[in-house]
Amino acid sequence: MTMAGTTPRRRVSLGGALPALTGLGTLIAFFAIMEVLIRSGGLNRFIVPPPSEIIASFPRIIVEEQVLSRFVMTLTECLTAGVMLTIVGVSGGVLMQRFKLLQQACETWVAALASAPVVLCYPLFLVIFGRNAWTIIMMGFVSGLPPVILKTLEGISGTRKVLVNVGRSFNLTPTQQFWKILFPAALPTIFVGIRLGLIFALINVVGVEFLINFGGLGQLINELAERYDLSGTYAAICFVVLVSVLFFMVLEKAERWLTRAE
Amino acid sequence: MPASAPVLSPVTLLRLVIILTVLAVWEFLSHSGWLYRDVVPSLLAIGRALFDLLAHGEYYFNLAVTAGEVGTALLLGGTLGLIVGIVLGANRFLSRAFESYLYYLGPTPKIIFFPVMIMWFGVGPGSKIALGTLSCFFPVALSAAAGMRQIDKVLIRVGKSFRASTAQMVFKIYLPAMRHPIINGVRLGLGVALIGTLLAETKLSNKGIGFLIIQAYSIFDMPRMYAMLIVLFILSIGANSVVGRLGGLDSIKRS
Repeated sequence: MTMAGTTPRRRVSLGGALPALTGLGTLIAFFAIMEVLIRSGGLNRFIVPPPSEIIASFPRIIVEEQVLSRFVMTLTECLTAGVMLTIVGVSGGVLMQRFKLLQQACETWVAALASAPVVLCYPLFLVIFGRNAWTIIMMGFVSGLPPVILKTLEGISGTRKVLVNVGRSFNLTPTQQFWKILFPAALPTIFVGIRLGLIFALINVVGVEFLINFGGLGQLINELAERYDLSGTYAAICFVVLVSVLFFMVLEKAERWLTRAE
Repeated sequence: MPASAPVLSPVTLLRLVIILTVLAVWEFLSHSGWLYRDVVPSLLAIGRALFDLLAHGEYYFNLAVTAGEVGTALLLGGTLGLIVGIVLGANRFLSRAFESYLYYLGPTPKIIFFPVMIMWFGVGPGSKIALGTLSCFFPVALSAAAGMRQIDKVLIRVGKSFRASTAQMVFKIYLPAMRHPIINGVRLGLGVALIGTLLAETKLSNKGIGFLIIQAYSIFDMPRMYAMLIVLFILSIGANSVVGRLGGLDSIKRS
């Protein structure tokens, strides 16, 4: 896991594995110290349960709280938002690239929207869509849209001149030029946008689930916290963090695989 | 689109057309009765709510509360992030040991830590500040670490040849040389700290902008909610561009 973020150059020797082991060791040592501190009464166990208890409550959470079906629910919401993001975002980006005037008028708006706390609109979405999965999906969709639009725009505008000229010298029609030259050249950048969009979608989907107490993994945390099931809450948080980290890694791998297939 | 008024460029004209179209469609929808009443209140009602909001001192008090929380979170998370980022950026071993944890934990949803923050820091502003701090730590740390690595080696050698102490190196070489990535990190950090704090306020609090928004929701005062969202968006987009401008991000993008 620790190697994934670094350069692809890999050394199998111990010298290469040492940093990763140090990282992992520090993590384990941290949990061990916490365990000792809590068990000795240095830390209040009604605020922080010992790590061993958190680990022990994992099976309970998985069996009793239907974590799997919750996970599927969150993932479905996230992927639905992702499909909508891809369709609307990519076509929005393409449209803006086609009509320069539209780009000049709207690009700063989209960029500004990216920096606005869009997720704060969730009470509004609750009123519009009701307390159901669509509120969550739409929230994920709206908050993930700006990066997809901007990256699509960036990808198509950044097509190398040589490629564009090749298309021109073959006398391609604008449609052919788009599908044969511009779009394939922009795909890697578009994937970056979709990956970012999906990350935002996941963050907001889980966040809104937690906030409105509805749906999948986010709700689980809220529910356990309200029941004051301390070790369960911590275990659920760990579980959600693990799932999202896994999600990011899969996205990264998928992006690398897709761009290599180009 | 004929350029009837030479003072307006086509871009401005198109923007005006888009804005006016949206407003017209909005007003039409609000009067059509197709949607639930009050989901799309008339522009007049929103305008009145906006005026009401800004004319009363209550809003400014809550704004000050939220601004204080976000500011404290940015200060704490930013400083911590900066220190961790500089250490990780300066040391290859530590960076390879710990940075990927930061990299992957960075984008996880932070709001889910709120129940834990309540237990640690209480239901008051403390837990909101803690959540904002947690949110803003990661982008600042990652940007600082990346910024540290892209410093021109010549600058570092200059510092070393002047036998600068560590503190001097940090304040005279590192920080000035990496101000762009740091400002960018602070900009991202400000955004997520704002979101973290406000979301926490909507979940559990008795003051702050997040509280006002969720209060408007619970009494179903939609014009007021729209008014508050509009003001919030303008403020946060403004704050974001001010931080960006301060760091001269515009100028480096163009060069």
